[in-house]
Formats: sequence, C-alpha cells, structure tokens
Amino acid sequence: KKQHKKNKKDDRGPPEKEKEKEKASVPAPSKPATQSPAHKGTAFAILHSLVFVSFLYFLLVVKRLPEHIQVDDPAALKKLAKKLERQQVPLRSDYGYKVSLFSHLHQYSRKNPPTQQISIPATVIHPSIVRLGLQYSQGIIAGSNARSVALLHAFKQVIRDYSTPPNEELSRDLVNKLSPYISFLSQCRPLSASMGNAIKYIKKEISNIPSQCKEEEAKRRLQECIDSYINEKIILASEAISKYAIEKISDGDVILVYGCSSLVNHILCEAFEKQRKFRVIVVDSRPRLEGKEALRRLVKKGIRCTYVLISALSYILPEVSKVFLGAHALLANGYVMSRVGTSQIALVAKAFNVPVLVCCETYKFCERVQTDSFVSNELDDPDDLIVTRNGKTHLENWQTVKSLGLLNLVYDVTPPDFVDLVITDLGMIPCTSVPVVLRVKNVDQ
Amino acid sequence: MPGADKETDLSERIESFLSELKRCGSGAGSLRGSAETARETTALLRRITAQARWSNAGDLMEIIRKEGRRMTAAQPSVTTVGNMVRRVLKIIREEYARSRGSTEEADQQESLHKLLTSGGSSEDNFRQHFAHLKANVIEAINELLTELEGTTDNISMQALEHIHSNEVIMTIGRSRTVEAFLKDAARKRKFHVMVAECAPFCQGHEMATSLSKEDIETTVIPDAAIFAVMSRVNKVIIGTQTVLANGGLRAVNGTHTLALAAKHHSTPLIVCAPMFKLSPQVSDTPVQSHLHDLVKLTSILSKVNAHCPVFDYVPPELITLFISNIGGNAPSYIYRLMSELYHPEDHEL
Repeated sequence: KKQHKKNKKDDRGPPEKEKEKEKASVPAPSKPATQSPAHKGTAFAILHSLVFVSFLYFLLVVKRLPEHIQVDDPAALKKLAKKLERQQVPLRSDYGYKVSLFSHLHQYSRKNPPTQQISIPATVIHPSIVRLGLQYSQGIIAGSNARSVALLHAFKQVIRDYSTPPNEELSRDLVNKLSPYISFLSQCRPLSASMGNAIKYIKKEISNIPSQCKEEEAKRRLQECIDSYINEKIILASEAISKYAIEKISDGDVILVYGCSSLVNHILCEAFEKQRKFRVIVVDSRPRLEGKEALRRLVKKGIRCTYVLISALSYILPEVSKVFLGAHALLANGYVMSRVGTSQIALVAKAFNVPVLVCCETYKFCERVQTDSFVSNELDDPDDLIVTRNGKTHLENWQTVKSLGLLNLVYDVTPPDFVDLVITDLGMIPCTSVPVVLRVKNVDQ
Repeated sequence: MPGADKETDLSERIESFLSELKRCGSGAGSLRGSAETARETTALLRRITAQARWSNAGDLMEIIRKEGRRMTAAQPSVTTVGNMVRRVLKIIREEYARSRGSTEEADQQESLHKLLTSGGSSEDNFRQHFAHLKANVIEAINELLTELEGTTDNISMQALEHIHSNEVIMTIGRSRTVEAFLKDAARKRKFHVMVAECAPFCQGHEMATSLSKEDIETTVIPDAAIFAVMSRVNKVIIGTQTVLANGGLRAVNGTHTLALAAKHHSTPLIVCAPMFKLSPQVSDTPVQSHLHDLVKLTSILSKVNAHCPVFDYVPPELITLFISNIGGNAPSYIYRLMSELYHPEDHEL
C-alpha cells in the first residue's frame, strides 16, 4: 500500500503531505494490536479505521495543485517559503511587471540565478545538482530530452556519492535526500513533464530496493536502472520513432519543422541517410531563435534547407507537403503541449490542408489535462523581447512605463483536431489515444 | 522663359519625388506613413495640373497618366501613389463631364442596361477645350487634399462605437490609423491592448511604447504567441497597406496567421483603412526584404535559402468589418465603393 501511495503521489507534493502519510502509515501497523483487548472499544476502532481509510483514499485520489501555478495565492507562497527554508533551498523572487492574465505564474530574470544565494561549498545541495540548476536557469540545457537526460546523469552522480547514515534505510533516506534537490531544481526552472515522470520512476525504484540489500549492490542496481531508463525511453524510443516516421517521408517531399526538436532532427538525419530525397523548411521565432540550431545540424548533414520566420508561414506553406512537430508533453485529453508557436503552425497548416505529424516518446505522456495555454505555462525572462533595430531600442526602459508589459511565453497547447497523427515508440496513434497508452503503461507497471 | 523655368522646376520636383519613392523601399519599414505619401502625390499632381502645358482634358490626362506610370514603376509596392493618380483622373473626367453638361454624370455608372444599349464606351475624346476646366480641376484636387487630411480623424471618431470597456484588443505591427483609433477610444474607456511585435522589424515595439504613454494597458507578445493568447482576445483591430478590389487585404506579414486564429476563435477582425488605400490592381511580384541583422547565419548562409516576405494576402472571408473615413462597411461592399472612386478605364494606368 505504501508503494501504491508513492506511485500515485505527485512528486511536487510538499513534505507536509509526506509527514501526514508517515503519520498515517505509522499507526496502521499498531491498529491490530489495540483492537484485541477491549470489546467496547472495537466498534469505535472500526469506525475510526473506516474514517481513516476514507481519508487516505481521499488523499490518494485528489491530486495536489502544483505550487508553480499558484503564485497569486499568498497562503501557497507562504507554505512554499516555509518548506524551502526547512530544506535550506533559496527562494527565488519574481521579476518585472507580470501581465495580469498570468499573475498565477512565476516570472524570473536570467540575471538573478538562485545559485547566487547558495553558499560555497554547498552543504545541503549536491554540487552536480547546483551546476544542473544553473544550466537550467540560464538556458544552457534546453529541450525536454536534454533536460531529462541531464537530470538522470546528475542523479547518478548523487547516488554514487551517497552513503547511508547509520540506523537509516537506503530506500527511505535516499528519497528524502532527493526532495530538497528537486525543490531547488524547480526553483531554477519549473520541472517539465518528462522530468516529472523520470523522477517518479527513480523514486519508485529507490523505494523498491529490498532492505536486506547491501549498499554497494543497491547503488549499482539503481545506476543500472537509470541507464536502462535512458536507453529504453529515450534512445531506443527515438530509433523506433524514426523507423515509423521514415515510412511517412517520400521522395520529393517538402517538410516543415519548427524550432529545434532533437527527435525531429534525428528523424530527418536518419531519413537522409536512407537516401530519401526531400528538402526541409525550418521555421523559427523570436525571441529564442532555436531554429538556427536545427538549421546548423541539418545543413551539416547536407540536407537542403530553407529558413523563414513564423510570420512568413502563410507565404511558405503552399510549397509544403508535410509538417513534423516535436512535443514537450502529450496531455491526457489529447492536447499537445509544445513550444509556443506550434499551435499556430498546426492551425495554418490545417487551413492549407497540409498534414501535421507530431513525434513524441511515450515517457512524455502525462496525466494532466489542459484546454488553453494560460492555466499552466511558463513565463520566461521578459527582457528577451528587447531588441535593437536601426540603432533604436524602443523597449529599453519598459520597466519605467507603468502600463507596458512584455510577455514571453514558453509553451502552448495544440488542440487535437489540428494534429493528424502522433508517432510514438509504440506505433502511430491518433491524438485521442493518449489516455489508452497511459492506462496500458500503468497496467504494465 | 518663365514657362521653361516652371517646367524645369516641375520636372525637378517630379524627379525628387521619384527618387524619394525609390529610397523608401519596403526594406526598413515605411519611412513615411501612407497618408503622407498620398498627400504628397496629390500635391504633386496639383502642381502638374497647374504648371504643365495642356489645352484640353485629354492632354492633361495623358500627362498625368504618364507621370503616374513612372511613379508606380519607381516603387510598385507603394500602391497609394497609383490610387491618387486614378482619383485625379476620375476628377478630371467628372469636371470635364460637368463642363460639357451634367447629363454625362449619369453615364459614369456602369449598368448592364447601359452596356447593352450604348454599344461600346462613349465617343468622348476629351478634346474639347473649356476655359475654366483648369480652375475647376484644381479646386476639386484641393477638396481631395482636405479629405485626405481628415481621414485619420474621421476614422478615430468612430472608435467609441466599436470598443467597450474592459475589452482585450489585439493588433499587429504598427499602423498610425489604428494607433489614433485606439488613443481616441482610450480617452473615454479603459481597455487592454496586446500588440504582436511582427518580426523581423518589430514595429510592434514602437506601437506599444506609443500606446502605453497614453496610459493604455499594453502587452507586447512575440508572433509565435498569437494563437496561444487569442482565446482571451475580444477583438482584433488591424491596419493594412492596401485594400484589394475583392475585399481582401495586402497587409504586413503575419496578418494572415492572425486572421486565421481570429476566425478559429470567432473573434471579429476589424480593419481600419482610409479610402485612399483602396486599390484596383497590385503588382504580382512578391516583395521581399532583408533578414540581415536579425539572424546571424553567416557561416551557413551560402547553403541556405532564406525568405523574408513583407506582405501577406488575407482573403475577404476572414474579415468582419472595414472602418474607413466614410464609415463602416462589410468586405462584400468594397467592390462597389471602388467603382465610385475610380473609373474602370483607369484601372490600368
């Protein structure tokens, strides 16, 4: 029952819930002991256990709202501050004027990374986690696959350096050690869906370590688990997806891609190696301009490329035969969460009757549901939008102007009717089959 | 001698206007608004009427047509020049007809009956000489100039009829007409404006700073976020470079995406365009500009094609309303307005 609870729980749940669970789980073993002595206490005990069980069930079924979308709630902020203080993780403050529609989200500045507030040498947080957090907050590591792989490698390092303190069990203590790390990382940059799934997997593996297992053996086993997770879910999955996707690429195709998706780039490079004749149009958008990186990789391979900005989409779409998009996460109601601008591309492609194919590994599927890009999103540094044209920087002092706001969204959701096909490592499915896949995965586990 | 001086002075002015047109390409965004271009063109045409040598209406029309062809050839993407030339030609035809006798005015309207019974276009050669034609034409051009000066004000006066309080309005790039429209409404009502910045030139930034100085709550969003925020937008109000004869638009790039997103969310799309932007013909060649400093692609530039179109075509089905200096119209009515502004024989200069 404890494992079951740990699986269902959202990994961002505050320690209070953990404490409650621990409190709840501790009296449970002692219950049978108290029930035997008095008969008149039995009815009371049964009633108490019923209430207790239903309360536990309630905790299991109702998911907690993640903290990073409750910024406008002062009570939630206070709870977070207390939790971070207890874990000795620095609290990051918001920056700049926030557009009122997004007052429930954090908005950080890249110039104040949370690592500045950590003492050197870091005592509570492992140095590889500190380095990882800095890489996230500065945007050095970006893209959901890259972030997950970096996270897993950092956790491997943590496990290698971990030593069980006396009178503690590795399966419980290591999980507790990981909590402040995860809080710190989510302060640097909110966790992605793929990172969330990876963390859930690791916590499950750690708690599954039997107590009689020796420490060296346990650590070795955990590192093997992490390696096999990366291998199966990311590397082999991308091989499988490439194989399916290459069936969909025919000679003479003009393929449109958006931004830099490691998976889509991999597919195109594989298809080129298999002697398919096609050319690629890379669409890019401000302020991230990630398409330049994709362009560089494709040109290095020798693929013929064209480069446009997203505002030129209607101009270039009549030439396009297919659109390949990457995804950050696939939500349970069939919506595709991806880099901002993806939904726009899908919309205009639909208007021009161009098929849209989304490529996504199954480890990015998540149980959340969302219908618009407002309730759960990420706000990037607003200063990124400032640009100098013809020697003039119009938005230079936007902070001084009271009624001016800059909005730098990171993600948006694409409705399933714009997407024609989702290519996953389990095969080619329509968008609406995502909950089926999730259910199959849960049954497997 | 004074005649020759006037002529050289006139041709100098025409040459300087042509070179200015050539320079103000679509490259760095319009250096001058289209209203200014329209006014300057009309003033130049008035000067030509006053100073050039002509004896009858036909000669004058030939001269103006010739100059008009040169001006449109100098910068084909600036359509207001051609539109003003056509307006002046229509003025000349009207004044000529009025001098001959007012019955001719009715002939100007095309109707199926007239086409069947008249047996071809009227035999008018415009060769008759009228003493007061010059004065009449110049007076009519002066009226046209007054109308041009008042267009932005006429459009902004209608702002309160279309914007209510606590609305969220989206716009793209920088349009002086829309700026005046929104500022006029902001004097009495409070609303929120989202400006799409319209890369690569980011004219939206200028628009946003100018609007926020009038205490309008403004937000700048990148082009990629247009569809993401569209669900919270109540109205989309845009300007345009040209209004086409079928009610479609030739507007700044990114407008078609904006129109599609508005259609998907059933958000009304309102176009603020003065009448002088109505154009019967546009050149086919796509206008491209420079991506240069936006994207530092120097290392691989030789192996890559880059496109940066300046204008987008927006079909009339995506547009809800046109607001012009003569009031609001549906896109299906534009063809009729155009037949009132220009004579069909002038469509091809």
